[in-house]
Amino acid sequence: MKRFLGFVKKEFLHIFRDYRTLFILFGIPAAQILIFGYAVSTDIKNAGVAVLDLSHDEITQKLTDKIVSSGFFKKTGTLLNYNDIDKVLKKGKTKAVIVFENDFGKKLISEGKASLSIISDGSEPNTATLITGYTTSIINDFTMEFAGPNSNNSIRILPEVKMLYNPALKSHFMFVPGVVTLILILICALMTSVTITREKEFGTMEVLLVSPLRPVQIILGKVMPYFILSFINVLLILLLSWLVFGLPVKGSIILLLAECMLYILMSLTLGILISTVSKTMQQAIFISLIGIMLPTILLSGFIYPIENMPKIYDYVSSVLPPRYFIVIIKNIMIKGTGLMYIWKETLILIIMTLAFMGLSVRNFKIRLE
Amino acid sequence: MNEKVIYVKNLVKKFGSFIANDNLSFEVYAGEIFGFLGANGAGKTTVIRILSGLSKPTSGEVNVAGFDAYRHSEQIKKNIGYMCQKFSLYEDLTVKENIILYGGIYGMSKSLIRERLADLLAKLHFKEYENKMISDLPLGLRQKLAFSVAILHEPKIVFLDEPTGGVDPITRRQFWETIYETASRGITVFVTTHYMDEAEYCDRISIMNEGRIVALDTPEKLKKQYDAASVEEVFIKIARPN
Repeated sequence: MKRFLGFVKKEFLHIFRDYRTLFILFGIPAAQILIFGYAVSTDIKNAGVAVLDLSHDEITQKLTDKIVSSGFFKKTGTLLNYNDIDKVLKKGKTKAVIVFENDFGKKLISEGKASLSIISDGSEPNTATLITGYTTSIINDFTMEFAGPNSNNSIRILPEVKMLYNPALKSHFMFVPGVVTLILILICALMTSVTITREKEFGTMEVLLVSPLRPVQIILGKVMPYFILSFINVLLILLLSWLVFGLPVKGSIILLLAECMLYILMSLTLGILISTVSKTMQQAIFISLIGIMLPTILLSGFIYPIENMPKIYDYVSSVLPPRYFIVIIKNIMIKGTGLMYIWKETLILIIMTLAFMGLSVRNFKIRLE
Repeated sequence: MNEKVIYVKNLVKKFGSFIANDNLSFEVYAGEIFGFLGANGAGKTTVIRILSGLSKPTSGEVNVAGFDAYRHSEQIKKNIGYMCQKFSLYEDLTVKENIILYGGIYGMSKSLIRERLADLLAKLHFKEYENKMISDLPLGLRQKLAFSVAILHEPKIVFLDEPTGGVDPITRRQFWETIYETASRGITVFVTTHYMDEAEYCDRISIMNEGRIVALDTPEKLKKQYDAASVEEVFIKIARPN
């Protein structure tokens, strides 16, 4: 045991002395979360909005004030006629124009309904979607207030753009599970395969094998630090996505962490397997990146839904561990379901882990023959 | 001669139908410097792997440091040291950390490691390098250190697999002085080399060719037997009879 601990300590020293390794371990996950997060951010702040008010009454004034004072928008101008719309949108500062119809306030009081249009700059689809979504909800808010507590006299403002849900919010929830899935398998498999092949390349593996350390101890000793650091990584990613994006874990955190451990273990055994078939570090890196990262991004359902894929890709993706882990982590984090609903995926991951272990041991023995 | 530390009789190692070691028999005695020569692919590495417990023989008797290679390879590993041509030290660790690591792997106590570390630094005039990374050390020093680490736990036998590959003549010379000093302390040195001048320094040498040992004796006797001026000539006469 003492021998083993000394060996583990040495592995930690390798990691902490190598800035590149540290960067890959902690820098990349943080960067990915932030980049993915802000790229599909639901935040809009001070988006330029112009108003074309054909009615000019008290109500349109109030509604305009409410929209502008929400903090999401900044009024970039007051337009006089329809022709100006195209002009201001083309300038770029204005992302959307809100148009109140003639006699907006009168109609709202007398007929109980009035309509307005939200014309947004479609060249930035993401922002456009967000703006129309935000505006719509502000208008709905306004309608409620206007109607007062006894809202049996039905008053409706009909915005021309209707958003049923916020699609950006959905993709926002998609990416954290996806990033966790990708990062864990990439780091674990890449790091372990590289660290083991490095020993082979430098000739230190021979020396270790000749030493009284058992092969199992050598492998465990090399893998243990990565297991610990990857687990810390999971905690960091979850913390970061909670603090920065307010993404909660709906289900059991303990179950989530246990599943993460299983997935880390699976990725580590995959890394060991890669190291048994590669002779050089380059080879290990190549297999890890091309063989794992690409399929994970493209085929695991991280970005493209598996249901929309041609059948053949569906079959290919069914051998990818990330596909199952994404289901697990999404279920726990977003839907809040328990083990009952994900036992099948969990079992598949366990079987894959055992299979990778078995294959690695076999390959390792052949090498020793 | 005294105690046998390596005893090999009728050793055969096959990989499929390929016979890497064909019926080898030899003995190595305590405190001896035993040179193990042969052309590339002659089967030297296979023998070293079997003797150091990395590989199991197909048949024959193999006994190293008093332990049977089939059943007690773990015991063998504790009693041997090993150094190969590629560097066996971690470049991103300091001299001290490397020594602590290897001492720990061989199960040495902390106080013993500290003691040996101090001895070693004093002996090699290494004190100033104690906390330097291996990557900052000149090649010659690294080699010496790698050897010292290989015998840190005072093994009965140390295996050196082409230890002086790619090293300048002066460093090689110094390295051999270290080997002599080690052998004089009773540690058996089992060394493979490509340099025939180094073979002259050995107490006894064996020459392998195509999986068989074709000559085994002291350098002087071999030279006399083959009517050669140097071991190199002996080697060429054996490996290329025409």
